[in-house]
Amino acid sequence: MLTEADLAAIWLTLKLATTVTALLLVIGTPIAWWLARTRSWLKAPVGAIVALPLVLPPTVLGFYLLIAMGPNGFIGEFTQQLGLGTLPFTFSGLVVGSVFYSLPFVVQPLQNAMQAIGERPMEVAATLRAGPWDRFFTVVLPLARPGFITATILGFAHTMGEFGVVLMIGGNIPDQTRVVSVQIYDHVEALEYAQAHTLAGIMVIFSFAVLLALYGSQRKTSLWS
Amino acid sequence: MKLLKGVMMLTLGFSISSTVLADVVHVAVASNFTAAMKDIAAQFEKDSEHTVILSFGSSGKFFAQIQNGAPFEVFLSADQAKPIALEKAGFIVPNSRFTYATGTLALWSTKADFVDKNYTNLKKGNFNKLALANPKLAPYGVAAEEVLTALNLKNSTQPKWVMGENISQTYQFVATDNADLGFVALSQIMDNGIVTKGSSWIIPSELYSPIRQDAVLLKTAQNNDGAKALLKYLHSDTAQHIIYDYGYKTE
Repeated sequence: MLTEADLAAIWLTLKLATTVTALLLVIGTPIAWWLARTRSWLKAPVGAIVALPLVLPPTVLGFYLLIAMGPNGFIGEFTQQLGLGTLPFTFSGLVVGSVFYSLPFVVQPLQNAMQAIGERPMEVAATLRAGPWDRFFTVVLPLARPGFITATILGFAHTMGEFGVVLMIGGNIPDQTRVVSVQIYDHVEALEYAQAHTLAGIMVIFSFAVLLALYGSQRKTSLWS
Repeated sequence: MKLLKGVMMLTLGFSISSTVLADVVHVAVASNFTAAMKDIAAQFEKDSEHTVILSFGSSGKFFAQIQNGAPFEVFLSADQAKPIALEKAGFIVPNSRFTYATGTLALWSTKADFVDKNYTNLKKGNFNKLALANPKLAPYGVAAEEVLTALNLKNSTQPKWVMGENISQTYQFVATDNADLGFVALSQIMDNGIVTKGSSWIIPSELYSPIRQDAVLLKTAQNNDGAKALLKYLHSDTAQHIIYDYGYKTE
């Protein structure tokens, strides 16, 4: 039922979603922590920039990424100077694009969870002589756990279903940039509706199962903290 | 105020009387024909009382939309296969299908003097990426693949292929300098009969099968005189001239 190309697309999508989610948790945590705690006037502008990918349609965002990552774009010039070449049409390019695109889905739940902790537990920990790093790892992280789970789910799911950005910067290369959403689109455009239905069905069932398992494990604590 | 009212009534009267004759025609246009169709529609609106509303996109998407009741009266496809399939499924007015343009393929780069008649850089592999439309989806992609096969360059270039979902996206890959070379529609890089930027090689037509693009009148347009007039207009000298100037062949 599934062709080899379909299977390759599924594998690539899982790889992309996993890589992007891991990166986003690493990048998103300090951003969220800063946004949750800061009193700087920069809070509003930074928060707005993080949320911007929600506003732009994915294909529009993808188009500007294509220009920015191209040989004459500012990201492209930077990556060329590093000797990495240009990013469009590569797996790394998709990762960079997806990180940007899914950033708000990870930062915002983390920020909400961290804000909900409030000053009190931190102050108590401080009076017990816990240093800032200690406080972050032993107080903030455990208390913000529901936020981390939500962020992981949303980041992963959002990258799985990503289409517009990938379409614009991908170039439809097998094992590199041809993810499931693009493969389904190809089937539809080629009028291979039966294959499109199969692949879309698998994607929906798989995603439902993953979400169900994660939400099920979270029954005790509120997911949206 | 009275005068204003009078003028308004008069205008209203005119617009009512003219809507009796004039139709609004919704046209689904394959993306490669975008520029040419805009010119033709503007000319048609001048020469007739009808109004044309154009939608641009991929033929595959339009095909799916038309089968599910999209409100188009005319469909200008990028190929013959989809109009034929619609004809077989009974979505079009019988015998309304005809070839309105035959596409021309060009190898193009934004760099001056990068592409020549002997396609030297393509032959030598002297480029970062080669953009082409996905042969599975787009007739211009099929043609590009045929050309590469005919030139015996398919296997050597394949690792450098980047594929656009349609010819517009393929053009974008080259236009943004992300791909040094690309097979695009001549219509995309031509204006008023000349190629406006970069360097290009117009591929000899014997290297690929003709890219026949068919138009059809959809069942929804059975009583739409505007739609019928527009299809007829595509055969007119004015329209044929525009189509030709955008680098298509006409029959």
